[in-house]
Parts: sequence; structure tokens; C-alpha cells
Amino acid sequence: MQSVHTVSAYDEELKFLSKRIAAMGGHAERMVEQAVAALVNVDHGLAQKVIQDDIVLDEGQREIDDKAIIIIARRQPMATDLREIVGAIRISADIERVGDLGKNVAKRVASVDGRQPNSLFRGIEALANLALTQLKEVLDVYASRSVERIGFVRDRDDQIDAMYTSLFRELLTYMMEDPRNITPCTHLLFCAKNIERIGDHATNIAETIYYIVTGDQMPAERPKGDKTDKVVLPGTVPAK
Amino acid sequence: MAETGAGQDSRGQALAARLRRNRWLLAAAFVAVIAVYSFDGASIYVLLPALALLAAAAMVPADAERRSTDTGAAIEASGLQRLSGEYLAAAVADPLIIFDHSAAMVHANAAAFAAFGGLAPGMSLALKFRAPEMQALLDGILSGEVAADVVDYTEKLPVERTYRVSASTVGHATGLYVLVFKDQSETRRIDRMRADFIANASHELRTPLASIAGFIETLRGPARNDPAARDQFLQIMQNQTGRMARLIDDLLSLSRLEMKPYLRPGTAVDLRQTIDSVIDSLGPLASENGIIIERDFIDGPVSVPGDRDELFQVFENLLENACKYGQSGGRVTVSIARVEDGQDPGIDVTIRDYGPGIAEEHIPRITERFYRVDVENSRTQKGTGLGLSIVKHILSRHNARLSIKSEVGKGAAFTVHLPAR
Ligand SMILES: Nc1ncnc2c1ncn2[C@@H]1O[C@H](COP(=O)(O)OP(=O)(O)OP(=O)(O)O)[C@@H](O)[C@H]1O
Ligand SMILES: [Mg+2]
Repeated sequence: MQSVHTVSAYDEELKFLSKRIAAMGGHAERMVEQAVAALVNVDHGLAQKVIQDDIVLDEGQREIDDKAIIIIARRQPMATDLREIVGAIRISADIERVGDLGKNVAKRVASVDGRQPNSLFRGIEALANLALTQLKEVLDVYASRSVERIGFVRDRDDQIDAMYTSLFRELLTYMMEDPRNITPCTHLLFCAKNIERIGDHATNIAETIYYIVTGDQMPAERPKGDKTDKVVLPGTVPAK
Repeated sequence: MAETGAGQDSRGQALAARLRRNRWLLAAAFVAVIAVYSFDGASIYVLLPALALLAAAAMVPADAERRSTDTGAAIEASGLQRLSGEYLAAAVADPLIIFDHSAAMVHANAAAFAAFGGLAPGMSLALKFRAPEMQALLDGILSGEVAADVVDYTEKLPVERTYRVSASTVGHATGLYVLVFKDQSETRRIDRMRADFIANASHELRTPLASIAGFIETLRGPARNDPAARDQFLQIMQNQTGRMARLIDDLLSLSRLEMKPYLRPGTAVDLRQTIDSVIDSLGPLASENGIIIERDFIDGPVSVPGDRDELFQVFENLLENACKYGQSGGRVTVSIARVEDGQDPGIDVTIRDYGPGIAEEHIPRITERFYRVDVENSRTQKGTGLGLSIVKHILSRHNARLSIKSEVGKGAAFTVHLPAR
């Protein structure tokens, strides 16, 4: 009876980690969503809220680190559990970075006045939707552990890159057209870059999840196919 | 849970066992009551007497069963008895998820599986529903602080949906809890649609209106006695009003689609026939632009589930674009192919032109509203930049994919992949 009891307490500790990760993830998703909404609608109040919300993620990461170290020290976990615990430390660090990037976008709202062309804001919104979909689906895989379908991550990563490159060129065009655009467009450029990096962190998380579940590295990128440029829309949910 | 003291009388134990065996019935009955009340401000205390009644109903047959243990006929006596919780859950139209004290999913109805991908028994709901308000809801109910609670929960992706979610404990000490999701998206979307429509329409109509106003001024002033200029100006004005009318049509159809991002389970659409009639309807435009449309269809009947009018609109938009922007290629091929292998078998319809193609940096963007690669060229083609965003919307309703491939100078290929299922 005693050993059963111990194991279940141990299980509880592991569950605590994953639950905390999910809560951090949900918080980060919300922050990025709101940061982009604040940018697109030039909503200073919302931007301020996002900036203040970041502290929750810092705390979350610290808590997970502390807890994970205690578990490792006390339980001396073996392979699978150890991967789970180390994975939690890595994922929480990535999520914390996502929050930082969201906060950085929110900070830039003050420097953008909304007089930039609509198509730019629509482009940033579309880029953010891709990055957020990536993050959401990756965290969904963390919940379901269905790593066999995780290939979608690579495809969407390519889409995010293509979208970012396109936005980058459009922004450069506006800057060259009129020097007065340079300052606000530079801020938008950093916003786009931040969002693109949020996608990268989501990809990192996917790699960690794959490692947690299988013990292997996620298969590397497939060789690039034909020379034609390609995009696939819309990024449908990898159901089940 | 099974830590009941040995001193308890057997009758109590039998009742407890009965209750445990009946927890599905209780869960389902409770849920049905909730569904009836639909959260219309009904306090949970109103529901308690009803619950007590149901609990009593679940216990009564326990006595009957005990008295006639070998016959078992008493079980048949009550009609409700044979009703499993799963059937009742399935009868609830709203997504419904039953879970245990560790937030692990025990059961979900079909509506829940359809609404939230990736559900599986045993999966932790706290990991799946990560939004802060959902976390608070689950924490509150599992800690026993509250017996029932309601929050508004919005999912932004893949399409925006808003739910009023109610969480409640099921019966007494069943160790089970239930989440019911009431979809509120429609009302939200109507509000948003109005705001968006006005913003988009006023923004996009301003340019043609300004140009018409300018021409009217010229016609009444400097060009008053110049018949040649007058004809020319009137022609331009007519083009502009035509464009405005089209714009409004497109915006309306986009708004309608956005309001209902989910397709009602449709009928089978005969793709071959649909695409044939698209080609027929665009015959005049094609010959005007000197384009020959070639067909490359597989043999046999080709049908997919969906909405015929909407799919017609998709292929009409794609073929129209191919004829307009790929004019210099002189031909357009439309092919229908079957995809058997891979993760999702289905039908691929490809519309390929041999015109200038689309530069790499524009490809990810052209399905955005009002995005035009070459604004001038698109204007002369009377384009509004909404065609492809309508296509994208319809396809996501059909769970379909659009892939765009292009090599500059060699043309563009738009492939629609429709899942067979
Ligand atoms: N086959 C193609 N070849 C080259 N460019 C294309 C092709 N199809 C679309 N495009 C580009 O994509 C842009 C967006 O197309 P879309 O159909 O959304 O709008 P539109 O044709 O301008 O207007 P609408 O379809 O609403 O009348 C077009 O303006 C055009 O620049
Ligand atoms: Mg078009």
C-alpha cells in the first residue's frame, strides 16, 4: 500500500507540471492574441494590460523550474519521467519567451499611429493567425500526446516564413516611398519579426514534445521540393 | 472512494453501489435538466429538487432489484433504467464533456468531438482548455468551492467561436463533473459583421466615389460642351459604378459566409457536372480574352459532400482569375484527379493558367481581403480583391485546402483538395 501511495503522489507532482505548463500556454496565447489586437486597433489600454500580464509567465516559469528540480532531487526519475520533467523546464522557457515577444509587440503600439496602410495591418494579423495556430496546435499535441501527426509543424513553419518575407518586402516598399513612414514601419517590422519568432518557439516546443514522448529527435526538415513557390491554405486542424 | 467503513449496514452499501452503478443515469439526467433550463438565469437551487427526485428514482429500483434478485425482471420495469448516459449525452445538441476529479475526460458527446478536435477519453481537460477563464472554471469546480459555475469562453482559431460554458458537479459524490458548451457565436458574429461591413464598404467605396464626383464636376464645368470627352467620362463613370455594385455583392457574400463558418451537413455534389457548368458560364469571358479551356477529368462519377452553389462559386472565381490574369498564356487547363494515398484521400481540382504567374512574396497574401498584386491591372479587370478570400472561406467550411503553386513567367496553378469523407 505504501508504495502505491508514493507512486500516486509522484504522479500528482508530474501532473502538476503539465497542468502548470498548460496554464502558462493558455496565458501566452491570450497575451499574443491581445497584443496583436492592440496593434491592429491601436488600442493603448489593451497594450498596457498585455505588458502587465507578462509577470504571470515569469512566475510560472520560476515555479516550474523549482518544482522540477525538487522532483528530480527527491524521486531520481528514470528515462521517461526524466524526459517529461526536463521537457517541462524547456517548454516553460519557450512559453516565457513567447510572452516576452508578445509584450514587446504591445510596447510598440505606442509608436504606431494606425495611419499606415490597411493592407499592412491585415498582413500582420494574418501572420499572427498562422503563428497562433501553430502555438495552439502544438499545445494541443502536448495535451493529446499524438506526436505521430506533428508533421504539420514543419509545413506551417514554412508558411510563416513565406508570409513574413512577404510582409518584410511590403514594409520596405513603404519606407522607401516616404521617409516619414520609416519610424512607424520599423516598429511594424519588429512586430512582424517578433510574431515570426513566436512561431519558432512553437516549433521548439513541438520538438521537445516529440522528444518527451518518443525519446528521439523530431525528423528534420524534408528536402525542399520543386522550384515552384507554394502555399497551402487554410491551415486546417490536424483533427484527432 | 471505496474506503467505506466495514460497520455500515448492507442496505446502505447496496444503495451506494446502486448509486454508483447509476452514475451515468444521474449524470445524464442532470445534464438533460441543465439543457432544458439552458442557463436562462435559472439558479442552480431551482434544479436541486429536480435532482433529488431523479436520485430517488435511481434508488427505487435498487430495492426492487434486491427483493427479486434472481428474476431481474424488475430492471425492465422502469423505462429510464435502460437509457444509458451515453445515449442521453448524445441526445444533447450542445457539446458536452463529462470528466472526473483529476479533470480527465470520461465521456464526450458527438457534438463535443465535432467542435473540439483531439479529444480522447483520459485526456486532461486542463491541458486542452488552456484559456485563463477555463482554467479558473475547472479549478473552481474541482476544488469544490462551487457546485456550478458559468463563464464565457472565446476560441479565436481556426474560426472565432464564443461559448457560454457551464460546469457542474454531477449528483452527490459521484466524483463526476460535466461541462456544457452553449454556442453564442452567431450573435457575436452578427455584431462583428455589421461593424466590418461598414468599415470595409466605406473604405473601398471611397475611391470610386471620389472619382465619379470628380468627373461630374468636370462634366458640369470645363467639359460641358465637349461631346467626345463627355462620352469618355460617362464610360469611366459607368465602369466605376459597376465596380461599386460588384464590391457590395462580394462584401455581402463574404459577410454571409463569415456568419456561418460551419457548413450544415450537406448533400453529395456532382463535381464533374458543377465544373462543367462553371466552364460553360465563363465561356464568353474566355473567348473574349482569347483563352481556350482544356479539360482533364478522371473517368467515372465524382462526388464530394458539400454545398453545390458554394463550390460553384469557388471554381467560378478561380477560373475567372485564370482567364483574366493568365490571358497571355492563351489556354487554361482544368483537371479533376482522385487522391487515394496519404492522410486524407479525396478529390483534387486544379485550375492552371500559363500567364505571368504570381511572385513568391505575394502568394501567401493573395487570399487576404482586398489584396491585389497589381492594383491597376486588377482594376482594369474590374477586380475587387475579394474573390480569393471568398474562396478561402468556402473551402474552410468544406474542410478543404487550397494550394497555390506558381513560377513567375510560367503561370499559376490553384489546387482545391476536397476530402472524400
Ligand atoms: N491566376 C492568376 N495569375 C496571376 N495573378 C492572379 C491569379 N489569380 C489571382 N491573381 C492575383 O490575386 C489577386 C487577388 O485575386 P482575387 O480573385 O481575390 O481578386 P480580384 O480578381 O482582383 O477581384 P474579384 O475576384 O473580387 O473580382 C488578383 O488581383 C491578382 O493580382
Ligand atoms: Mg478574382
